[in-house]
Amino acid sequence: MTSSLLFNVTTFAYLVSMLLFFAFLASRAKALGTAGMITAYVGLLAQTVAIALRWKESYDMGVGHAPLSNLYESVVFFAWTIVLIYALLDIKYKYRVIGAFVMPFALLGMAWAQLGLNTGIEPLVPALQSNWLLYHVITCFLGYAAFAVACGISIMYLIKAAFETGGNGSSGGIIAMFPPIKVLDDLNYRAIMVGFPLLTLGIITGAAWANYAWGTYWSWDPKETWSLIVWFVYAAFLHARFTRGWVGKRAAWLSIIGFAATIFCYLGVNLFLSGLHSYGGGK
Amino acid sequence: MYVPIMRLILAAKGCEPIYATKKEFEKVTDNKRDFLQSLWDFFCSLKLTMALLIGLALISIIGTIIPQGSLPPEYVQAISPAKLKLYKTLGFFDMYHSWWFILLLYLLTVNLVACSIKRLPHIWKTINNPVTTFNSALEKSLSGVAEFKHGGEAVVAKDRVVSVLKSEFAEPMVTEIDGDWHLFAQKTPWCRLAVYCVHLSVIIIFIGAMIGSAFGFKGFVNIMEGESVSKVMSRSNKEIDLGFSVRCEQFSVAHYASGAPKEFKSILTVLENGRPVPDYTNARVIVNDPLTYKGITFYQSSYGNAGNYFFTVSDLNGKNPVPLTIEGKSSVTLPDGSSLHVIEATRDVAQFAPELSGPAAQVELHAANGKSESFVVYANHPELNIQHAQQHGGGPVIHYKGAQERMYTGLQVAKDPGVEVVWLGCLLMVIGIYAAFFMSHRRVWVRIQNGVVTIGGNASKNQAGFQLCLDRLVSKLKSDLSEEEKP
Repeated sequence: MTSSLLFNVTTFAYLVSMLLFFAFLASRAKALGTAGMITAYVGLLAQTVAIALRWKESYDMGVGHAPLSNLYESVVFFAWTIVLIYALLDIKYKYRVIGAFVMPFALLGMAWAQLGLNTGIEPLVPALQSNWLLYHVITCFLGYAAFAVACGISIMYLIKAAFETGGNGSSGGIIAMFPPIKVLDDLNYRAIMVGFPLLTLGIITGAAWANYAWGTYWSWDPKETWSLIVWFVYAAFLHARFTRGWVGKRAAWLSIIGFAATIFCYLGVNLFLSGLHSYGGGK
Repeated sequence: MYVPIMRLILAAKGCEPIYATKKEFEKVTDNKRDFLQSLWDFFCSLKLTMALLIGLALISIIGTIIPQGSLPPEYVQAISPAKLKLYKTLGFFDMYHSWWFILLLYLLTVNLVACSIKRLPHIWKTINNPVTTFNSALEKSLSGVAEFKHGGEAVVAKDRVVSVLKSEFAEPMVTEIDGDWHLFAQKTPWCRLAVYCVHLSVIIIFIGAMIGSAFGFKGFVNIMEGESVSKVMSRSNKEIDLGFSVRCEQFSVAHYASGAPKEFKSILTVLENGRPVPDYTNARVIVNDPLTYKGITFYQSSYGNAGNYFFTVSDLNGKNPVPLTIEGKSSVTLPDGSSLHVIEATRDVAQFAPELSGPAAQVELHAANGKSESFVVYANHPELNIQHAQQHGGGPVIHYKGAQERMYTGLQVAKDPGVEVVWLGCLLMVIGIYAAFFMSHRRVWVRIQNGVVTIGGNASKNQAGFQLCLDRLVSKLKSDLSEEEKP
């Protein structure tokens, strides 16, 4: 068995899981929600094994390194962390319907990685030959994933809020499946409460690495600056909780804007701007 | 400012008021107080925090789009002179050090200090002078208060409650008022300070950054193999004396089979008064593994070849060969007025193009008419050199003859005495954020009055989770106190 075969299995599992969640939304049949979740778990397991295998394969090729070194590997890892964070949320709160809004992010990542990116295992360039790579990438992506989950929940919040103020009642079929609006607001906060410390750790490990490798912990490189922008947005979100007039819809929008900034920080900077993280760019 | 303040002081001391009427006096002081009060309220407001955080996020985008520091010539050519001047005046090309960006950071600092000062005394009181008696006003403010009857003596019941609280929650404080017993127990009250710890950490990081920019430097130096330097150039083009010398013994590049670089390695020796320092002799410096001596750190950053490259230039048919030598990165003018310089050279081209062999150089040719092109010339493949010349206007044919290598290493040199302070701030921030998000100040009050035990409590976070914990405590107390009744 090879890692690439297992990555294909993963992509397929995430596709099936997403479709099952959509069917669950439409039909309100509980079994479909459970099936969607089980499929997501199967995908997560397959992907975990695949990542471990790819790690091992790199050692077999004599260029051994953690599979976190280029755009393909980071997108795959991002998808993995999204499903992982979602699985933890499901274990704790059991709101199945959230899957319909989170699994598309994971599927999108896997499909893009498998179809559009160079999947080859490459040796590490000198700049990446450091243990900091592992700490930095893992903390950053777990944070990003929590923000992805928060964004999905915020979208649900806005849909539900629009229907409730629209007046056509909480009786509406699909919308009635959503968790209550207060719960969505709370879950959004909780997801960001997980993501924010991880992003903070990601920025700090990045700064520590930069200081160790270049002698500057902060050089206002576009990637660094964008990570700080993301940090500012979520810091604003957290302070918004204590300010009247900023809860609910505005907080949901802040969470969505925060995730948009996160995605720009992750992909936009590499695709549109130049800087120190250029090796993260696609080929 | 002077006179009114003096008047205020005099007035406060009970001296004769200088104002004609009491009303006028009150009006003036009220205005003053209003102004100071509103200024204070402005700096304490969370709305300012929101505005600053979102403002900083938006403004920071500018510097990621507009190049910072030394501008690439293509950029200067691409934008209009008016725009260039405007951006320069606004400080856009070094925006993270511009006065308005720094001002925003200062405002944020003042804001978070003011917020902390405003809220800290109240929090401090909550922690250090907790309400230890459980009166009815407090009871009304709590949700999910439970009560049940207990048999027997109040003192015995009190002792049971104390021991249950001690084993299940925390050691309680006991107060007796008119024969009623009030118990108060709390867990992790200090976590209410966590958010101030995060605010403090931001300030500590700023202080660390200021120490670094005041007492440290960032510089750069190129050292030829076999040569030594004792001075480096700082980023602001100032010469900095290291106080010792560094010699580059050797520089080398290792490649993977694919031709991608694997390792850039400098062998450095630190010299004090011209003598090698024992532990710093032939020290290896690679990317991600720097060398530190006396607080100054050397980082592998770049490299180059300052040796001579040898070429011959001939006519299209191979006649009239003229030898040509290019020194390092310099340019040489050819007889037809075009200029030539070397971008990169290799001893064996096979690692890039397996079907070819021997030395090759990538050169850039700037023709007299302003056109420039970059191409590769070979030592073992003259036919390719001729082919290239034929396809590109039939100019002179350039043959590469090899190089006499003389490598130099490019080192980033930095001293930052503020970096430890920054890490301290980061550590404090991580601990603070963890405590602020995931820990909660939980309080339990118990009252034993007229044979009834009343229990209530609250938590600074996750009230729902705390309610479950409180419910467990209540049922434990119930069963314990009813056991007491039986014998």
